[in-house]
Amino acid sequence: MPDYNYLNDLIIQVRRDILRQVHKVNSGHPGGSLGCTEFFVALYNELLDRKEGFDMDGIGEDIFFLSNGHISPVFYSVLARSGYFPVEELNTFRLIDSRLQGHPTTHEGLPGVRVASGSLGQGISVSIGAAEAKKLNKDNHLIYTLCGDGELQEGQNWEAIMYAAANNVDNLIVTIDLNGQQIDGSTNNVLPMGNLKAKFEAFGWEVLEIHEGNDLKAVIEGMISAKEKSGKGKPVCVLLQTVMGNGVDFMMHTHAWHGKAPNDEQLETALAQNPETLGDY
Amino acid sequence: MKKYTDSGKKDTRSGFGAGLTELGKTNENVVALCADLTGSLKMDEFKENHPERFFQVGIAEANMMGIAAGMTIGGKIPFTGTFANFSTGRVYDQIRQSIAYSDKNVKICASHAGVTLGEDGATHQILEDLGLMKMLPGMTVINTCDYNQTKAATLAIAEHHGPVYLRFGRPKVANFTQENQKFEIGKALQLQKGNDVTIVATGHLVWEALVAAEALHEKGISAEVINIHTIKPLDANAILKSVEKTGCIVTAEEHNYLGGLGESVSRVLAENKPTPQEFVATQDTFGESGTPEQLMDKYGLNAEAILKAVKKVMARK
Repeated sequence: MPDYNYLNDLIIQVRRDILRQVHKVNSGHPGGSLGCTEFFVALYNELLDRKEGFDMDGIGEDIFFLSNGHISPVFYSVLARSGYFPVEELNTFRLIDSRLQGHPTTHEGLPGVRVASGSLGQGISVSIGAAEAKKLNKDNHLIYTLCGDGELQEGQNWEAIMYAAANNVDNLIVTIDLNGQQIDGSTNNVLPMGNLKAKFEAFGWEVLEIHEGNDLKAVIEGMISAKEKSGKGKPVCVLLQTVMGNGVDFMMHTHAWHGKAPNDEQLETALAQNPETLGDY
Repeated sequence: MKKYTDSGKKDTRSGFGAGLTELGKTNENVVALCADLTGSLKMDEFKENHPERFFQVGIAEANMMGIAAGMTIGGKIPFTGTFANFSTGRVYDQIRQSIAYSDKNVKICASHAGVTLGEDGATHQILEDLGLMKMLPGMTVINTCDYNQTKAATLAIAEHHGPVYLRFGRPKVANFTQENQKFEIGKALQLQKGNDVTIVATGHLVWEALVAAEALHEKGISAEVINIHTIKPLDANAILKSVEKTGCIVTAEEHNYLGGLGESVSRVLAENKPTPQEFVATQDTFGESGTPEQLMDKYGLNAEAILKAVKKVMARK
């Protein structure tokens, strides 16, 4: 049974981390980060079978890849609060000489990051490679990936989606963050992607929907179901419906906060809506 | 003057295939990925011997590069195989982010480079790939000259940790280097000693440089011939040592003169010892359909073109 009191405190603290990171350097992507907070907290605390410490090969443990690298604030916060590096290091987000680059990279040797991402559409391919390597190594662990919904407009995804089903890559769980927003507006206005469930199914994937992607219990239970569907010949896709900017009222349900930092006053308002729980860095 | 003999024409891509076959037997971490060109890349034998380590990705090169990057996470050593055009320009961003910037141990093996691809024409004949790959931080760039050297390079890059671009070609060319040679990444090979002019060549042009040197020898001109199989890291010392003696240099490559070996050599010279240089390379143009020989002739990529360049550069000393 998950410790919901602790996890809910962690969610609020991660939101504070996101807001404070982005505010400090007046750049970064708070909207998508806030929308995926519950997913990241569930993933790193309840789902991933992780080893202590970090090694690049990740043999004998589950591995996560972030494809939509711009939501680095939530990734960094959860990695730090899962013990991969000191939480105080969040202070260096996007600053010169930092390991916490604007978009995650292995280049600076940050524990927890296994591939650079930022240029969109590459994460599923990389995940397939890691999943195939696990099979060759007879390592019975899973590969998890998160992609943005707008990111699926990149064609490479569909090459990868076709490949994974054709080659029975069934140790792979790809979650799509369905927040319906991208930089220029709603995905329906920019380039509608139609029925993603039908599309993934037509490509031969097992598809599962989580309608309440900002409800921790729903996310944990949904992802556990996804895990149960793995290993049965098909790759698994989770369509996770989230609200961009979740937890900060003025950032919700809009693409306006995709890549914009709050000013001092807005930060104060946002933090007041998420009072400190586990301690700021 | 040392004579080099052609032990029988062979294609460099078959040297890659032979090397990969051997790696299949000797290195269980080696995996091969191909984008619907198994036969063209001579990967059939690896595929037959190790079906579990061979991955057919279909006509989807971007996905292939990503899968290769992912496979390194787990200790595999992926060798990707497709034409040079689709190994570089088509997937530049995937190589840049998922492989080079992420420092992944992927070997990008590229066949049918340059105009010697022949009749398929310009859409398939990339002449910019060396430039694209050498500009990527951390990328090692190799262009081999014959069958034996390509096989040796294939074996060597499996032992080298880090991303590598290995470029070879389609036609059968003179096979003149030693069998079972040792291949040292980044080490230029002096094939011919000389005092009057330095000729540094890479890929298919190395044999042409030797042919040119022989013709020069008959005219009483002593040419030093250097085989630069590794464009990056470039063996600057070998080049500088040679021009110290000869005072002029010709670079020869089946590539655009912008961004290729010639430009790398120019930088070394400019920084250390400004020296007259002539470029045997394509002159910022696309290729076209034709036989490899016709195209090498038309685009000035053979012994005859090297001779002209030597004459020009020696006059500039």
